[in-house]
Amino acid sequence: MAHHGKGKPPRVGDNKIFRAVLLTIVLLLVGLMIVAPLVVIGVEAFSKGIVYFGQSIADPDTRHAILLTVITALIAVPINTAFGVAAAWAITKHDFWGKRLLTVIIEIPFSVSPIVAGVSYLFVYGLQGLFGHALQAAEIKILFALPGIVLASMFVTAPFVARELIPLMQAQGRDLEEAATSLGASGWRTFFSVTLPNIKWALLYGVVLCNSRVMGEFGAVSVVSGNIRGQTNTLPLHIELLYHDYNAAGSFAAASILAGLAIVTLIAKVALERQGAGRVQRPSALAGADSITPEVKP
Amino acid sequence: MRRRVLPGLPLALGITLVYVAIIVVLPLAALVFKAASLGPEDYWRIISSDRAVASYRVTVTCALVATVFNLFFGMALAWVLVRYRFPGRRLVDALVDLPFALPTAVAGIALTTLFATNGWFGGPLSLIGIKVAYTPLGIMVAMSFTSIPFIVRTVQPVLEELDPALEEAGQTLGASDLSIFTTVILPLLTPALLAGVSLSFARSLGEFGAIIFIAGNQPFSTEITALLAFIRLEEYDYPASAAIASVMLLTAFVMLAITNLMQARALRYTARG
Repeated sequence: MAHHGKGKPPRVGDNKIFRAVLLTIVLLLVGLMIVAPLVVIGVEAFSKGIVYFGQSIADPDTRHAILLTVITALIAVPINTAFGVAAAWAITKHDFWGKRLLTVIIEIPFSVSPIVAGVSYLFVYGLQGLFGHALQAAEIKILFALPGIVLASMFVTAPFVARELIPLMQAQGRDLEEAATSLGASGWRTFFSVTLPNIKWALLYGVVLCNSRVMGEFGAVSVVSGNIRGQTNTLPLHIELLYHDYNAAGSFAAASILAGLAIVTLIAKVALERQGAGRVQRPSALAGADSITPEVKP
Repeated sequence: MRRRVLPGLPLALGITLVYVAIIVVLPLAALVFKAASLGPEDYWRIISSDRAVASYRVTVTCALVATVFNLFFGMALAWVLVRYRFPGRRLVDALVDLPFALPTAVAGIALTTLFATNGWFGGPLSLIGIKVAYTPLGIMVAMSFTSIPFIVRTVQPVLEELDPALEEAGQTLGASDLSIFTTVILPLLTPALLAGVSLSFARSLGEFGAIIFIAGNQPFSTEITALLAFIRLEEYDYPASAAIASVMLLTAFVMLAITNLMQARALRYTARG
């Protein structure tokens, strides 16, 4: 590369004026469209002073909403993680009929509107749905209760862990696992001491993104929860409720918790990306078999 | 030689199939079943009602405008992040993902507060006669906010791996920056741009949380399709809700096929280059 040095012409777009203009426009737009919404949350949350902020957070309904959101995540995220690992193991370490179709189905929730997801759950567990009357007769409450909220959250985040693991495990191949089992290691042992160390960062990456989405989900949960204050209101729903109650400061105080979570998520994301997570290019689910193997650039 | 078969398929596949069946397939099948039980005439009457058609128009128009805006903004943002070095570049790079990390309801109230007539942006804008909150413009703002990362993140890796020799060849031949950009760089970015555009558009079509706060939600002018499906539910008009949601589901499947096609193309293109 030494011969490039000084004599190298500037690259396209490196013209000083062009660079300055483009950089200014882009940074201005980032400021207006991405930074300003974040700043306004903080400003509005403390608009009535720190005491009111404290009172808003300590309000029993807000505290209950936080608790419900945390409980939902504590149930949905681990189940989702187990599913993601199982799906990735089955899809990348084995061959079976219908594998491509399964990969596509796992990705579906990513393209479906959260409202469609919520409405769909109503037609399974609601009174006008498939199991509604049977559930009512058995006095099992799924909709407008915690199970419904958890189920809807699991729908919207179904692909999160699997889609991080599948391309990575595909790229890693099966050689190491095959060597381990041929040396007599059990399946579990192979998974925990061979596979897991290789996928831990990608797994954590998927878990972090999944958790962030579960805690912040609004559309799907708002259909199935029934929005009962102090009972089935998750934090995002509680924010809406306070906002429509013309309690903007209280609403933004609650929103600042989720904004804080978003910032923590972004920091974790950057840290995990430094470990190499989230970097493998995702092959498309519907793509031909030749492109299923992700590109590993030399 | 036959491959050694790894253990764990029955358990892993069992868990996967049960989860996918209960969590993903069953609800969507129930929705399709409910919509199908309407009968063709009722179904058509509901999905082609004036109010529903108006909601499709609002949703699609706003999503198109938001996506075109993001096409330019996203491409410029990716360009700046890859090609220029400036203080705070890493921070900006991390902030690009904020719209994905920030819950949609939080984004919704924040954008509404910014763009309301007494807000930081809405105030000055209203002085020059532009109203954003509670107009279609507000829907466009919310849609472009929630889908900013798509185009940036699809274009960025392609731009990073662009071979400088290609540009140098153009420069040696005396081409201007603009003509090198349009004839050399842009064609190489096109597959990634199309992939990003289809993802961004699909997301905008289904977005709900960020929009309903800022939209104003007036039937025929600022009511999106997702909201109409929700309103029909609240009116206990379940068949109508099912029918409208099924239109959205069908659109999502079409968009899924298109985005997959685009991504596959983008990936093949990268592999070749």
